[in-house]
Amino acid sequence: MSREGVFLLVMSALPFLGALIPGLMIRAGRTACATFAAVPTALALTMLLILAPSVMQGEVIRVELDWLPQLGLSVSFFLDGLGLLFAGMILGVGLLVTLYARFYLSSDDPMGQFYTYLLLFQGAMLGIVLSDNILLLLIFWELTSLSSFLLIGYWKHLPEGRQGARMALAVTGGGGLAMIGGMLILGNIAGSYNLTDILTQGDAIRASEWYLPALILILLGAFTKSAQFPFHFWLPHAMAAPTPVSAYLHSATMVKAGVFLLARMWPVLAGTDAWFYIVATTGLITMVLGALIALFKNDLKALLAYSTVSHLGLLTMLLGFGTKFAAIVAVFHIINHLTFKAALFMTAGIVDHAVHSRDIKRLGGLRHLMPITFVIGTVAALSMAGIPLFNGFLSKEMMLDEAARTGWAGSAWVVPALATLGALLSVAYSFRFIMHVFFGPVRDDYPAEPHDPPFGLWAAPALLVVGVVLIGLVPALVVGPLVAVAGGAVIGGGELPYYSLKIWHGVTPALFMSAAAVLGGLLLLWRHAPLDRVWLAAPRPEAKVIFDRLIAAAVSLARRITDRAHDGAMSRYLAIFVVATVALGAVAWTGGGTPPPTRGLQPVPLVVAIGWALLLVAAVSVVVTHRSRFLALVLISIIGLMISAGFVYLSAPDLALTQIAVETVTIMLLLLALHFLPKTTPIESGWFRRIRDGMIAAAAGGGVGALAYVFLLRDVDTISGYHLENSYVGGGGTNVVNVILVDFRGYDTYGEIIVLAIAGLVIFAAIEALLSGPAAARIRNTNYTQDRSRDRHPLMMVVATRVMMPIAIMVGVYIFLRGHNQPGGGFVAGLVISIALLMQYMASGFAWAQARQRIGYHTMIGWGVLIAGLTGAAAWLAGRPFLTSAFGYVHLPPIEEFELATAMAFDLGVFLAVLGAVMLMLYSLSRIARYAGETQNADPMDFDPSERKTDPKEGV
Amino acid sequence: MNHWIIAPVILPALLAPLIAFVMRHDLTLARTTSLAGAVAIVAIAVGLTVASGSGETQVYYLGNWPAPFGIVLVLDRLSALMVLLTSVLALIVLVHAVATGWDARGRHFHALFQFQIMGICGAFLTGDIFNLFVFFEVLLIASYGLMIHGGGRERMQAGVQYIVMNLAGSTLFLFGLGVLYASTGTLNIADLALKLREIPIEDAALVRVAAMLLMIVFALKAALFPLQFWLPGTYANAPAPVAALFAIMTKVGAYAIIRVHTLAFGPDIEATGPLAATWLFPAAIVTIVIGALGVLGARALLPLIAFSVLGSMGTLMVAVASFTPEATLAALYYLVHSTFAGAALFLVADLLLSRRKDQTLIPLPATVQNGLFAGLFFAAAIGMAGMPPLSGFLGKLLILDALRDPGQMPWAWGAVLAGSLVTIVGFARAGSQLFWESTSIPVAAPTGPGHGPVTPVRAASAFEIAPTLTALAVLAALSVFAGPVSAFLAQTSEQVFDRDGYIGAVLGTEAEDQP
Repeated sequence: MSREGVFLLVMSALPFLGALIPGLMIRAGRTACATFAAVPTALALTMLLILAPSVMQGEVIRVELDWLPQLGLSVSFFLDGLGLLFAGMILGVGLLVTLYARFYLSSDDPMGQFYTYLLLFQGAMLGIVLSDNILLLLIFWELTSLSSFLLIGYWKHLPEGRQGARMALAVTGGGGLAMIGGMLILGNIAGSYNLTDILTQGDAIRASEWYLPALILILLGAFTKSAQFPFHFWLPHAMAAPTPVSAYLHSATMVKAGVFLLARMWPVLAGTDAWFYIVATTGLITMVLGALIALFKNDLKALLAYSTVSHLGLLTMLLGFGTKFAAIVAVFHIINHLTFKAALFMTAGIVDHAVHSRDIKRLGGLRHLMPITFVIGTVAALSMAGIPLFNGFLSKEMMLDEAARTGWAGSAWVVPALATLGALLSVAYSFRFIMHVFFGPVRDDYPAEPHDPPFGLWAAPALLVVGVVLIGLVPALVVGPLVAVAGGAVIGGGELPYYSLKIWHGVTPALFMSAAAVLGGLLLLWRHAPLDRVWLAAPRPEAKVIFDRLIAAAVSLARRITDRAHDGAMSRYLAIFVVATVALGAVAWTGGGTPPPTRGLQPVPLVVAIGWALLLVAAVSVVVTHRSRFLALVLISIIGLMISAGFVYLSAPDLALTQIAVETVTIMLLLLALHFLPKTTPIESGWFRRIRDGMIAAAAGGGVGALAYVFLLRDVDTISGYHLENSYVGGGGTNVVNVILVDFRGYDTYGEIIVLAIAGLVIFAAIEALLSGPAAARIRNTNYTQDRSRDRHPLMMVVATRVMMPIAIMVGVYIFLRGHNQPGGGFVAGLVISIALLMQYMASGFAWAQARQRIGYHTMIGWGVLIAGLTGAAAWLAGRPFLTSAFGYVHLPPIEEFELATAMAFDLGVFLAVLGAVMLMLYSLSRIARYAGETQNADPMDFDPSERKTDPKEGV
Repeated sequence: MNHWIIAPVILPALLAPLIAFVMRHDLTLARTTSLAGAVAIVAIAVGLTVASGSGETQVYYLGNWPAPFGIVLVLDRLSALMVLLTSVLALIVLVHAVATGWDARGRHFHALFQFQIMGICGAFLTGDIFNLFVFFEVLLIASYGLMIHGGGRERMQAGVQYIVMNLAGSTLFLFGLGVLYASTGTLNIADLALKLREIPIEDAALVRVAAMLLMIVFALKAALFPLQFWLPGTYANAPAPVAALFAIMTKVGAYAIIRVHTLAFGPDIEATGPLAATWLFPAAIVTIVIGALGVLGARALLPLIAFSVLGSMGTLMVAVASFTPEATLAALYYLVHSTFAGAALFLVADLLLSRRKDQTLIPLPATVQNGLFAGLFFAAAIGMAGMPPLSGFLGKLLILDALRDPGQMPWAWGAVLAGSLVTIVGFARAGSQLFWESTSIPVAAPTGPGHGPVTPVRAASAFEIAPTLTALAVLAALSVFAGPVSAFLAQTSEQVFDRDGYIGAVLGTEAEDQP
């Protein structure tokens, strides 16, 4: 990397690197803060000046670092004439604004933040003008939108500042997004995102069928940024920013970014009819419109803002002409506009600072009170008006000259006439600025005593007006070379057209137009008061109102749509889900066919028919009676039973056993839970909705049924053949279902017991949250006793469950132990024992049973999951994968030879987790009960015959 | 065999029960263990990612059973990346939850958190479609527990919607698996891919339905239109750190589509063809629109963020729906980005809202550290809206650049760019009200005893801010190191589309080319 390349890289990074310094240095005082804020800018400017001579000789300095090669994005910068011009403007004015702001900001304003934002913005601008990669340019482009958002909204306590910032962000950010599209298309046509490559592909790009979309999208970006009609409205509202920001953003930088882009893309995009008619026309309209509005603005900054809009229009128009001469003029005017406009903004700021008002109607007569400001402001304004001896005159003459030669849609007078009109209005508002602020009688009702500012505040604008005069007098000497090299860059190399930077061009059409403009402008100013009344009376579309209404309408529309769609109506969510599923399923189905069936339908024995009928009846009954929740629950249990019976019939004892145990446990828990819920479901939907929902449900059910019907008639090779073959050989068990559960797919089981464990924990946590929340009071105050049996713990039930207990546990242990070879296993065993325990709790009440329970449920769950996990992990010790099983046969006399398998330990984990989770759920439910005021019984049953004290024979 | 592959699943699965029963009475102990576990998983994930960088697809045969008869875990660049993403996010969120005391507002936070990590990692690592279902269940139930952590009326209500919608999805998953098993006879994803290649279109009706049902299930997880209804309520009502963790949950759906619908139901497989792409694309476009409208219309901060997450899912799925290596590279980059962007937003929101009276977007007196929170929010919003210099901008550029098919381009570009604009406007409005307008409201004079309660507002400590900063730093790093990251992602997406490589690695045979 060359020394120049490194310089370029460091230069473009400096503002970002330096951005944090002011934020810290503010602790050392305001002057220190401003000084340190100036350091990165000054350093970058110095480096630019070191690089300048070689660029002036036509050299282009480049540097490139890879960033995201997959996209074609690289950190590549190049410095050519155009880049040099803009970088110089950005850094030079940046330095002046830093100085000006030091004296402008009041002690209440957080200065550190200001300089931080300013440097960020400066870095982003510098990035735009130096980027050699259009994607990189886009990044800096959006960064200017963001950092200007912060700058414009700097006075965040003012509503104008906030609104102006948001408006600027919306408009320029939006334009930036459009530009992304345009740049990507452009890069696609050119086959590269490197500007240097793209600039050589002008012909190919203009010939491409994608040229027009790319052009329009890129122009959207440029026009929004440069405040071209109809996007001009954000700029005046951005004036809510502190004046140094306005001076920076609206003279040298932000708004010039769009113009810069037009200039940068000029060799590639210009020269077509589309370019001419879109760009030149937009520029022309903006120029006239901006100048017209500026004439009637009373706020100094608003006047300057609209004049900026007008001058940006002028620049856009010049670039839109598409001739080389016009492009050179544009470059020249960029320099001139920068000098006088920055000076004028600073003048307005000084006036505001001194008089505490920017309202022209309250000003006037300041020439004696603020002589220095008067000189600075007047010179700058005269230049803006295009009066000879000042630089504004030169570029305006050249503009009029070019306009005089430009036809528009076959008409030779449209452009010259409108350009003259624009110049005329420009003269009028410039003189209005001078006359209404500085001339006229001295008033005695200024909001504050006017006085000239300290040197620090007027130094920067003074320096600028020196430039105005020097360029105005000896243009070729001062900026000739710069204009040549920058202009050369804009027109993409090749020979420069003939032009001369001098005051006197002889008697040309432009001279007449210029004279007409000055005379007409003075005439307008003379009749300003009556015109102002007409203007105020005329209906004008107020852009801010329209914008605000537009946003408000968008917000309320968005709100309506969002609220309607996400109103929490779960039945609708589910209906949409089901309808979408059925529809998409049908679409998928129709795209393919089915092979012929390989099985026939089987005969239906009577017992199956009965089971089937029971299933149907129960299912339909659930639908009919679902509002009565207990009844529905009972009916659901019939469905569960029939499914278990189905498993038995189809020779799946394991499934049947599991199903029936799960069924029992869930129905019991649901019954307990239902105790605390309303017993009926209210009717909330009308017939229409019920019929509609019924049809949706029928379609879904029918779909699932049809799918099942199709695949049940077709055989397919499955992996289960392997499981059958290897269950005993590899898994050590003859019950293939159990071996699948604990071995082949033990990992699934591991996951599922964890689901169960989590469910237990979640229920526990949810009940805890419930009872410590506002719902607790409701539970406490609800009377759940109305339908309670008077014999809550009946003698018969207590005795029966007590007798059943050891038997149930024996069965559980038996089912657990035989699981590997016979139907059974840890899961079922866990459920069976939970049922046995559940029965105890139901019979004698939770508190009584709880008191006799030694192991905590959390512990049980924890151990279960741990044992299962550790069993699986134990395989690591043997160097085998997780859950690899081992088994062996042990002969311990006098017992018969039996098998010991690691799978059994895993199954123990399953057992414990299931038992623990079920019991924790029960425990959680009982907590609600106790909270609701359920009496806790210390005795196993309400009426214990053995405790009878009185002998019935004795009588009372 | 590399046993570390299963460590991201087993380690949290062993820690969680320990935390739940041994340490449940001591918060410090639970916190220490949980944090140590999270750190360990990050370390393991880094190791796995490095290991996956070799390009070899590593397979872990559970129970030492050969594929496709047992369950396999598969470590390739994609699964390693997703595990790494999960672990880093989990650590950030966990530190935040501990620092802000969220974990103490209900029971079993740390146990559920570990189970959640286990579920997510398990889903990313598995090579078996039924096992994917199991881990969907694990992460669903754990996420439900985390979502209702702390309780409260709105949260419980939103929780019911979340669990019901997702259980409906789980049911459909089972239906889909049933159809799939009945028509192919296998559950191993590689084996499925192999079998599906041989099914001619005339016999493909059943597998096509299965592919579609599974796509719907995954789209529900990814919150795509018209299955997005659960997301805004869930994210807006979940505890903020949990919502931050949930940034990865939608990605599980996106991952599943990338994995299953590329490998098994890919667009160049005769039986399914472009089935998934055809329907995912418009759904993703509408999702972007819904997200953007939600951001613009939001009345409160958390729904605003939730809708922005929804919009980012749309953007992500637009890229996924292309099923090309270039678009998948873009999708993966954006996936990583949007995960941390969403998380960062929720974490900032939590810092702010715990010091603010309520979350509606109305001006209230500025909180302490207004400037700091404003800065963090600004950065996170830039990330989410896809503005430079954070990685969202590059992610969007990558996506736009990859979507050049003339049929897709106008829709995708229009939606992504317009969606960004609306999102920017929405965030600017919200930020301006929360942080700028609040400075214009005079702070009410502190009321002393007898004049109502004085709520002491604590400034956020460095410990509380660190997680948010870390999430933002990740976004910045993703942007700065976009080159190397994309190089890895390009290899990742190439590996995703190397179906024969995957099938060969899992089944241990050289997969035949397409018949």
